[in-house]
Amino acid sequence: MRLQLSPEMEAFRDEMRTFFTTQVPQEIRDKVAAHRHLTREQYAQAQQVLNAAGLAVPHWPVEWGGKDWTPLQRHIWREEMQLASVPEPLAFNASMIGPVIAAFGNQEQKERFLAKTANLDIWWCQGFSEPDAGSDLASLRTTAVRDGDDWVVNGQKTWTTLGQYADWIFCLVRTDPTAEKKQRGISMLVFPMDTPGVTLRPIELIDGGHEVNEVFFEDVRVPADNLIGEENRGWDYAKFLLGNERVGIARVGATKKLISQAKAHAREVVVGGRPLSEDPRLTARIAELENELLALELTALRVVANSADGKPHPASSVLKLRGSELQQAATELLVDIAGPLSVASFADGGSQVPDWARVATPQYLNYRKVSIYGGSNEVQRTIIAGTILGL
Amino acid sequence: MDFTYDSEQNDLREAVAGLLGRAYSDSEQRRRVTATDPGFDEKTWARLAEMGVLGLPFPEEDGGMGAGPIEVAVVAEEIGRVLAPEPFVEAVVLAGGLVAAVGTAAQRAAVLGPLAEGSSVLALAHAEPATRWSPSAAAVTATQDGGAWRLTGVKEPVPNGARADVLVVSAVTDGGTALFLVRGDAEGLARTGYRTHDGGRAANVTLDGTPAELLGEGTADRSADVERAQALARIAYSAEAIGAMDTALKTTAEYLKTRKQFGVTLNRFQALTFRAADMYVSLELARSTALWASMVADAGGDVVAAAVRARLQTSRAGRHIGKEAIQLHGGIGVTAEYSVGHYTSRLTAIDHLLGDGDWAADRLAATVDSYPTVDPLGAPYTGA
Ligand SMILES: Cc1cc2nc3c(=O)[nH]c(=O)nc-3n(C[C@H](O)[C@H](O)[C@H](O)COP(=O)(O)OP(=O)(O)OC[C@H]3O[C@@H](n4cnc5c(N)ncnc54)[C@H](O)[C@@H]3O)c2cc1C
Repeated sequence: MRLQLSPEMEAFRDEMRTFFTTQVPQEIRDKVAAHRHLTREQYAQAQQVLNAAGLAVPHWPVEWGGKDWTPLQRHIWREEMQLASVPEPLAFNASMIGPVIAAFGNQEQKERFLAKTANLDIWWCQGFSEPDAGSDLASLRTTAVRDGDDWVVNGQKTWTTLGQYADWIFCLVRTDPTAEKKQRGISMLVFPMDTPGVTLRPIELIDGGHEVNEVFFEDVRVPADNLIGEENRGWDYAKFLLGNERVGIARVGATKKLISQAKAHAREVVVGGRPLSEDPRLTARIAELENELLALELTALRVVANSADGKPHPASSVLKLRGSELQQAATELLVDIAGPLSVASFADGGSQVPDWARVATPQYLNYRKVSIYGGSNEVQRTIIAGTILGL
Repeated sequence: MDFTYDSEQNDLREAVAGLLGRAYSDSEQRRRVTATDPGFDEKTWARLAEMGVLGLPFPEEDGGMGAGPIEVAVVAEEIGRVLAPEPFVEAVVLAGGLVAAVGTAAQRAAVLGPLAEGSSVLALAHAEPATRWSPSAAAVTATQDGGAWRLTGVKEPVPNGARADVLVVSAVTDGGTALFLVRGDAEGLARTGYRTHDGGRAANVTLDGTPAELLGEGTADRSADVERAQALARIAYSAEAIGAMDTALKTTAEYLKTRKQFGVTLNRFQALTFRAADMYVSLELARSTALWASMVADAGGDVVAAAVRARLQTSRAGRHIGKEAIQLHGGIGVTAEYSVGHYTSRLTAIDHLLGDGDWAADRLAATVDSYPTVDPLGAPYTGA
């Protein structure tokens, strides 16, 4: 056991910090820090800056642009990125389909997709969930039927995040409806979003934003080459992919950033002649939140340090569960600091309500999603109870 | 002590529920109404006026119905139940209540009559960007010029401030906080309205030497009057929150019975049904406290003290139920196309408009050492 980072890791952290705070355009980082939505171009620009420096997909195989980093390095990389308000590389590309193609795609697919995926020249979206297949993803009903050299896809996906920006979709489809276990009859197909028969309907979220979509498929013809890996093995790839998604899900850096913003705003809000930052109830609440976050960060560090052999540490399932709760607690803190100003969400010119107070409640409402997606917190508890505790 | 409603109160509930139930029978209707200014439906507002609801708490001689806090709570609960965007608590209970409490007979007749008839919308412009939930004005000042008053400064956020025909504005004079009436078309008045996250409207109201009429007689400090009107509005908001929580829970329970995953409806998972049961516990405890607070107001007890207690309980319950209602729905809970997220949004707005749960807890914490036990049926909650 040893507390300090090694001198090499200290240097690595400084290197990351310097890069993120000096090389990624300030305008983009300011927008992330202000909790405003980035444009498609801004996402691409930020990811391309990272990619040019080899920092977009360090967790990929070296051959495809990865770095042979230790889990600790990856952790530092991610946390520093979040603290600097750098938009993280698009998860659908960097954490989901990229690693799947690198691990299970054929050589032709790797050459065709990986470089463009790392550089966000292709924007991917995730077509897993369906109206009747949420937590129970394996019950998905979108079908792909072989017809000559094509697959013909019919059905519907939903919750497709930023599908409106996407060039390509990676989809779980049912290719063997007769399989004994429903997990066994699923394959993974990829195809362009402008393929004839694909239509998109926006879903408005509670914060008024357009972040997710329904995607409909009507006789969409997909060349057989676009099957990833083996037919009817899609569930294994999905599990591999969702395992990757859990990495970095704690979002400790992002929550730290929210709390530090909350403290700064609390200094500006004056109540009865004193700044809110001197209010004992508020400071006690912040202290508790920070301590929970400390425990989470230490757990994340303990878990990454122990999973060097590639197998996830069992305690990694607490990262998503508690990480999402703490993100939500931090957004709630901001709403409470804004107090009555927190109602002024769609104020524009002519308002004296500061920008941070305007966005506080929409963000708080929007962040209810983090305990729902990526395996809801109930699903996380089911994993802890079942897989870890054997209950 | 008796928690049952009399037949007139039941009739009132039925009438209001009928009207609002028709106007907002599905959440799409509400979305349509809140999509455009003024954020509520003028026709529904007029029908509420015809029913007497907009004059409910005012004396008959002022053009009102002479009803009390219990009837106000009945209406507010029905507003909350369907999330009706009509600003009953804001215009009638808060702004109207202040005019009823402070105004001269002539002012009461001039302002409350048209409010009750639905021909004039009233808004209280009290909050300032830097006063949080204080009952006093701070940066808006009133000066006398000849016999006439003029106001200068910024009020924000002012619920329904851009739509209001008449504003009740608090401002600082030598005597402390005074109250004024300002006409919507007054010179030197600039209003910038915007949408609030819950679909309502608020405004920045900038006064620049704006002519105003002093509300009531004299310029002695009116902070206590503001505080009392805020307390009555807090109690009404508690009732509105109860209505909203009740629907959020019902909607959630219904969803658990119909949504299928893993081949069964979600109510087969006890991990979820127990959470719904906990929501029920929160709701009923808050309901009791909200009802009690309206009874304290009705009995002439200390409304400020009772309102703080109701506030704390409904704030905590509103957060609990609002969050869980979304979580137990899964993804559909965070969409604007489904109702339940709007309930959470409204509960969050109510929570922050007149003092949140921590604010209330601080108030209570400051006095715990001054009494041995809390007696809901004793001083200071029962009137003389
Ligand atoms: C903002 C947002 C973005 C998303 N982006 C994407 C995307 O890009 N691509 C994609 O494919 N999907 C996406 N999703 C979908 C997400 O993964 C699903 O919402 C999630 O899997 C939950 O499914 P559901 O919404 O159908 O809820 P349901 O599965 O219907 O769950 C409803 C409730 O029941 C609980 N529950 C379900 N089963 C059990 C059980 N067995 N035991 C106990 N509790 C249970 C859940 O935890 C939840 O509380 C997104 C969702 C959101 C909200």
